[in-house]
Parts: sequence; structure tokens; C-alpha cells
Amino acid sequence: MKIIDCPVNGPRPLQEFHFGGEVRDMPNPDSVTDEEWSGYVFHRRGEPGLKKEWWYHVPSGTWFIAERDNRSDEFVRTYLYGSENVDD
Amino acid sequence: MFRAPTELKPEYDAVIIGGGGHGLAAAYYLAKNHGITNVAVLEKGYIGGGGTGRNTAIVRSNYLTPEGVRFYQSSVELFQDLSRELNLNLFYSERGHFTLAHSPASLRTQRWRAEVNKHLGVDSRVVSPEFIKETVPEIDLKVGGHQAPIHGALYHPPGAIARHDAVAWGYARGADQRGVEIHQKTAVTDIEVRDGEVAGVHTDKGFIKTRKVLSAVAGWTTHTTAMVGIRTPLVIHPLQALVTEPLKPWLNSIVVSASLHLYVSQSSRGELVAGASLDPYELISMRSTLDFAEGLGGHMLDLFPCLGDIKVLRQWAGLCDMTPDFSPIMGTTPIKGFYIDAGWGTWGFKATPISGKTMAFTMANNRDDDLITAFNLSRFQEMELVGEKGAASVGH
Repeated sequence: MKIIDCPVNGPRPLQEFHFGGEVRDMPNPDSVTDEEWSGYVFHRRGEPGLKKEWWYHVPSGTWFIAERDNRSDEFVRTYLYGSENVDD
Repeated sequence: MFRAPTELKPEYDAVIIGGGGHGLAAAYYLAKNHGITNVAVLEKGYIGGGGTGRNTAIVRSNYLTPEGVRFYQSSVELFQDLSRELNLNLFYSERGHFTLAHSPASLRTQRWRAEVNKHLGVDSRVVSPEFIKETVPEIDLKVGGHQAPIHGALYHPPGAIARHDAVAWGYARGADQRGVEIHQKTAVTDIEVRDGEVAGVHTDKGFIKTRKVLSAVAGWTTHTTAMVGIRTPLVIHPLQALVTEPLKPWLNSIVVSASLHLYVSQSSRGELVAGASLDPYELISMRSTLDFAEGLGGHMLDLFPCLGDIKVLRQWAGLCDMTPDFSPIMGTTPIKGFYIDAGWGTWGFKATPISGKTMAFTMANNRDDDLITAFNLSRFQEMELVGEKGAASVGH
């Protein structure tokens, strides 16, 4: 069984988590062009590589960020949003 | 069954990336319908080794949108005559296809599909639990008490299964006989684009010049679109399937349950072929998991308690390039000479003949075939999606 390291609860089985998709910055809806907006809404960076993603630990209601390789399925690191550069 | 050329020519009129059913069918129809025979199909592994040989081989046309129903119905019609056309027994076997409804809301969606289907001439109707039990006596309509009971089903008599490898082999041989070269173990490393036009393809066996390239690589599409720098909504998820040990024939129908995330049929070899919903997160890997086998096995027992002593023979995974509307991405792209046949998610095998035919037309005429205009990549920018989620998958 695959184990994911939740930044709050420690190592927990994959079944306790939901995948929330890649972390993406929303463009300003007031100044964005239609093309940029549809690109933000629909297009994704689906190519292979290391990605920064939203994951959710369901039992504790914790959203956090995981850096994961989408080919090897290796979770390189996990942390709460905003604490990327905090050493713990 | 076909030649194995050892050297690439310096130039082709068209290059098809991907020797799966779709790419080989496109090569076949380019040669047969359009007289374009100076074509190379480049396959990094062996033909039919990707999604073509990993799906659960179901063919049907009972979709939800008029665009989808017309497209898949054209494919079913080609499939019905394909063994004769390719002079190869594809074991095409019409079984009747049940999509079970476990709730009134699900039954409403099936009714909607049935009405769209009938309007477009597709044999499809909603049937009662009694009809299901009569046709598939082994089924437990109460689903072991673990899920909501079966309220009815969408029934699609022309629903069929076929021998999927043979579809790739048949198209490969037909294309080869007409002059197309099929290069296996030949990987594309880059696509040369100059001034917005395709100029050639870099491979691990050298550079070839061409002005037309078709990307028909389904689960590997995000690799080729990165080479030409176009953005798509595609993300890749694995989809897992399994077969049981062979049994005497007992299950004639194809049975699908969205609530149980399950579809099952019995192959001509007697094995039960079963698949589940997508793995729940993005992954470009064909690994198998015990979680899948356990989950699917449990759901199969809920539906067919008689299978308690039956063993799983093998399990595997394939890659699915998913779109947000569960329709494919087909046709021309912003790059002149770069054609895309992708977004095949969990619904690609049944579309093999019609995808080949329409992509061949699109490549020969440099404009989308009428049957696929709704599936162009530009639909996302235009916000004109073709929502097939209710009919294309079991994972919702």
C-alpha cells in the first residue's frame, strides 16, 4: 500500500487522500484575455516531470502541497501551503 | 503479416507517430481512400502494444451527445464489416450491452441517452430489472446489499467485443500491402517546426523530412504536444483491468455499472475481462496495484456472487489521456501539418476505424472531416465542449 507523508498527520495510506490537481496561479479575471482565461480554465501541463500538486488528507481535512514525479509516483516532499521555505 | 523495413527513407509525404489501432487505421485509409502511400508509421515499441492491446475491447455507440453518437455509430458500422474488409477474423461478437442504473437519477440519464440514440437511429432502450434478470440470470439485482439495487438499465443490442490486437494487425497488413512502411522500435525524439509549419521528425534512427505529422499516441500525447509547443487539457491517468481464468461460456452480455465502477464481458477464450474506473490521480506509469484487484474483485462479487471461487489470471494497466469533457481531441492544430488524434481516455478502442478514416481525410485535405469538427482542439478556447462524461466512463 502506498504511503503519503501528510505534513500534519505524518505517514498515512493513500486511501486517506484525495488528489486536487496541479498548483496553478489564476490570472486576474478583470484584465485577462479570453484566450488566456480559457487556457487557465482548461489547459493543463500534462507532460512528464516533477510537479507541485494539491493533495487533501480527508480524515483531518488538511489541504497541502506535494512535489511529486508523475512518472515514478515518488513524493519528493510535502508541506502546508505557504510553508515551502520553512525548515521543520 | 507485413514487411519490417530496416531503414527510414529521408522523406515521406506523411509520418504517423504511434503504431496502435488509430495510427495504423489512419495509414490504411490514407493509402486506400486518398492514394497517399509514401507514409511511415513510427512505433517506439511494437504495434498494438499501448492502449490498443490494453483496453477491454468493447464496441458501442450509445453515447449522450449527437456529435458523439454520430461519430461512434459510424465506427460501429465500420467494425461490423471490418473482418471482411481486412480479410482477418477479428472475432467481432455482438453481445448486447447493459449499462446498469442503481438510482432513479442514473435511470434518468440512461433514458436521456436512449432518446438521443433512438433519434439518431441507434438501437438503444431502457429496460426493466426483470428483463436484465431474464437475460443475465446470474446477476444479483440487490448487489449483495452493499450498493443500491438495480433499477433498470440502458440496453444496446449492437454492443460488441472484438479481438483488439487483430484490429491493429489487420490495419497494419492492409496499409503495408498498399505501400505504407511500418517501423517498429523506432522512437520519435523531436518534431521539427519551422515558421509554424511541420518540417520533419527526429527519431532515434535519424531525421526524416515530412510536411504532415499525425500524433496518434493517446496516453503519450503530452510528450508529442510538448515537442511542438501546443497546450492541451490532457492529463494522463492509468486505467487498470484484469482477466479471470477461462470459464465455460455463461455470460453472453456486456455488463457495465457506473456505481460499481465496473464493466465485464466474457471473451471468446472464456476469460472474464473486467475493468474499473481510472486511477484517482495523474500518473504516467503502467504499474498495477493490489488495491485495484481487491476493489474490482469485491464489486464483481457484489454483482455475480457465483464467481466466489474464480481466480484472477492476470492484471495490467494502460495510459489514458483524459479530456475535461470526455470527448476526444481530433483534427487540425494551430501548427500547419501537425494533426492530432488524442484525448482517447477510456473510449478509444471502439473509435479505431472511424478515427483512422476521418484523420486520413483530415490529413489528405488539410481540413477537419465533418464528423470530427466538434472535436477540434479549438473547442476549449471557444468554450464549446462536447460533454460525454455521462456515457463515456464509469468513474463518476
